[in-house]
Parts: sequence; structure tokens; C-alpha cells
Amino acid sequence: MAEQAILSARDLDFFYGAAQALRHITLDIPAGRVTALIGPSGCGKSTFLRTINRMNDLVPGTRMAGSLTFQGQEIYAPGLDVTALRRRVGMVFQKPNPFPMSIYDNVAYGPRTHGERRRARLDELVETSLRAAAIWEEVRDRLKKSALGLSGGQQQRLCIARALAVEPEVLLMDEATSALDPISTARIEDLIGSLKERYTIVMVTHNMQQALRVSDRTAFFLSGELVEFSPTERLFSMPRDQRTEDYITGRFG
Amino acid sequence: MRNRFDQQLETLHQELMAMGAMCQEAIAAAAAALLDREPAMAEIAITREVEIDRQEREIESLCMALLLRQQPVARDLRAVSSALKMIGDMERIGDQAADIAEISRHLGSGCPLPGQIHIRDMAQAAARMVDGSVEAFIKKDLQAAQDVIQYDDVVDELFLRVKEELTELIRRDAAGAGEALDLLMAAKYLERIGDHAVNLAERVAYSITGKVRAQSAPGESAYDLLC
Repeated sequence: MAEQAILSARDLDFFYGAAQALRHITLDIPAGRVTALIGPSGCGKSTFLRTINRMNDLVPGTRMAGSLTFQGQEIYAPGLDVTALRRRVGMVFQKPNPFPMSIYDNVAYGPRTHGERRRARLDELVETSLRAAAIWEEVRDRLKKSALGLSGGQQQRLCIARALAVEPEVLLMDEATSALDPISTARIEDLIGSLKERYTIVMVTHNMQQALRVSDRTAFFLSGELVEFSPTERLFSMPRDQRTEDYITGRFG
Repeated sequence: MRNRFDQQLETLHQELMAMGAMCQEAIAAAAAALLDREPAMAEIAITREVEIDRQEREIESLCMALLLRQQPVARDLRAVSSALKMIGDMERIGDQAADIAEISRHLGSGCPLPGQIHIRDMAQAAARMVDGSVEAFIKKDLQAAQDVIQYDDVVDELFLRVKEELTELIRRDAAGAGEALDLLMAAKYLERIGDHAVNLAERVAYSITGKVRAQSAPGESAYDLLC
């Protein structure tokens, strides 16, 4: 099966004021795969992740050049409906950020925002999302309880369920397990493996072993440039670029 | 930033060099036992074989600790995986040297045989290949590894020559046939040691380039071990 690109960057530049955070990024992210973005702090990997659902719009003074398309549509086209984009491109953050409301309402929040009012449909979305996020069994008897009473790992899976409830096509994960213990991390890594059948996942991680465990492809960023983008096993066994080799073997700097 | 890791890799190199040296000693002792009829040399070869086995386990646990604790990637991963394969071949080399030493015990203390000269050359060539492989690994010298692979032809030619010499010997003096066959087996063990040294050199090449040579089809181009 040929891999189809769902997201394509062509000569993408991104600036925070005068500072250039991304330089001529060109890459195709395949649909239905897990793509890991790695690189040292400040390399541009998170900036790139945040261009995909325009989270950087919230930062004043940002500017982009080049092209970034999602299913062939320019993400930065003038007049693009950013809310609709973010429904199709969900995001999970480093720290679990459940809303101070019930577990049910957390998951139903997105669909309600997008106009879903039918109770039966909401019930169904809540259950399928919680099941997909592998947390249903743990919370099915306490859906009306506050989400803040869950453990960190459960909260993060709840946040994944919340992201899935609006039925996105792409899930962005920004160091989504870095605040979790190893067992919660393993659960989420398993979850990523099962989600990729239906979603395209793009994840930023500082944990190279995690990139090795879960991703199909890995992109290595350095100083705002994309140095190498290869199948994960290839990148970690025989990197093409000396800078990649130096970074992953800890010889960098 | 990775001092401890580099120290551990350095230890791995030293232990591999030590194992390579043990193999060379075992080969030299076995050849001396066979050709000079020195029983003490047979004992040395057999003792070395036991030490080589112990060294294999030592290096294996060192590699396991490196994999577990450092989770190496890229050339570091290839170095450790190559080391794990290489110690298996060196262990076999030790076994074959001990087998030669065992043969020497069966031989009487009669006068030296004409074929012995080229068996000695074979032993020297095989030991040289083992040394060359380990040194190529430590120096990450691809050319040196390829030289070892080429040098196997010398060992193979010497083996054919020894075979002819022993055939001629049997033709002239059927009474010496038993001894000649023992010597032929010893020569075959040396030829096998050369093959193991080729395996060592191929692993060295892999650790440097990430490519292994296709075994089944010699003309085929190298392929990647992963992906």
C-alpha cells in the first residue's frame, strides 16, 4: 500500500518576530502513520507541530512563508476556518489539562461546541472516545465525577478521549507522556499504536526510545531545519546525516 | 556528555582484543603441538579454549549491560551487535584450535611429515586473519576488514596445496596414511578458522557501513541489515 501524504510542507518558514524558527521545511507526513519529531530544545519541532493546527496564531508577531497543506488545502490560507481546522487536527499537550468539570462533560465539550445537542449521540461519542482512549473501563461508573479526581495518566487518556470526541483526522501530541510514570506512558504508547489505524499521529518527543517504540517515521530537526526524515528504524540504525548520528548517539554539542 | 558510555565501549574493545589474542595463541599452540609434537603446546591450546569460552560469556554480559543501560543507536548499536556476533565466531575458532590439539595427541612422535610446512603456513595465515579482524574493528578500518576477507583465498589455496602434498605422501607410503588423514583434518580445521575470521571481518564491515554482504549470492550487492 503506497503511503499517501495527509500533510505536506514545502519550503515552510516560520518566524516569531525577527527570529526564524523554521527554515525551508519540506516534508510529507503519511496518513495513518505515527510520525515522531525529535531534536534538541529550540530546534523547531514544537513550532512545526503547532503550525499544523495553527496554535502559533495565539503568539503575537508570528509570520509564515512557503506552503503547508492538509489534505491539499493551505492551512494558512486567508479566511480559513481555524475552528474547523482544529476539529480535524486535534492536539494533546505535555501536561494533562482536563477542564474542571465532570469526565462526561470533558469529552462532550468538543462535540457540544461544534453544535451536537442530541443526548444519545453525545452518550455514544463519549463512550466510543473513552473506549478508544483505553480508559472507559476505569471511568464508566464515575462519568459524572470531576475529571480532576483522576490520576495524571488517566487525565492524559481523558484528554486524548476529549480530542478524539470531535472525530479528528490528525492527532498532534506535544510530549504527551513526559509528565507521566512508566506504566501510564506504556498505556499511552499502546494506545498510539491502536489509534494509528484510524488517525494520523504526529508527536513531539524528547524520549528517543519512545520515538523508536511507537513511530513509523522520524524527523530530526536542528536549528529550525529538517536535517533528516526517514523510516524510524533506518534513522536510528543508519542515519544518513552526520548531525543526526551525533545527536542520537549523544555526541552532539 | 557520554563519557561513561565511551568508557564502556573502550572496555568492550579491550576485551575483544584480549579474546582475539587468546584465539591467536590457541591457533599457534595447536599448530606447534601438531607439527613439532610438543604435548605441552596441546595443553596450552586446550586451556586457551576454556578461557575463550569464559571470555565469550564475559563479553556477552558486557554487551547485554550496554544494551540495557545505554540503549545504543546507530553506529554504537552496530558495534555492540557486531561484537555479539564476533564472539560467537571467536568461540568456534577456539574450539577448532582445541580440536587440532586433540589430533596432535593421537599422532605418534615419529619424524615430521613433508606436508607440515604448509600446515604451519596455514596456521600463521589464519591467526593473522583473526588479528586483522579484531584490529579492524577497533580502528573502524573498513579497508583492513576487506583485506582480511581477501586473505582467506590464501588460506584456501594453502589448504588445497596441503591436500595435494598429503595425497602424494599416501601414494608413496601407504603406512603413513592414518597420520596423513589426521593432518588433513587439522588442515581442514585451519581452513574453517579462516572462514570464521571472514565472518569476523564481515561483521566489522557491517559495524562501519551498516551493510552486510549477501551470503548466498557472492555477486549480489550488499544489503542493509535493518529496514
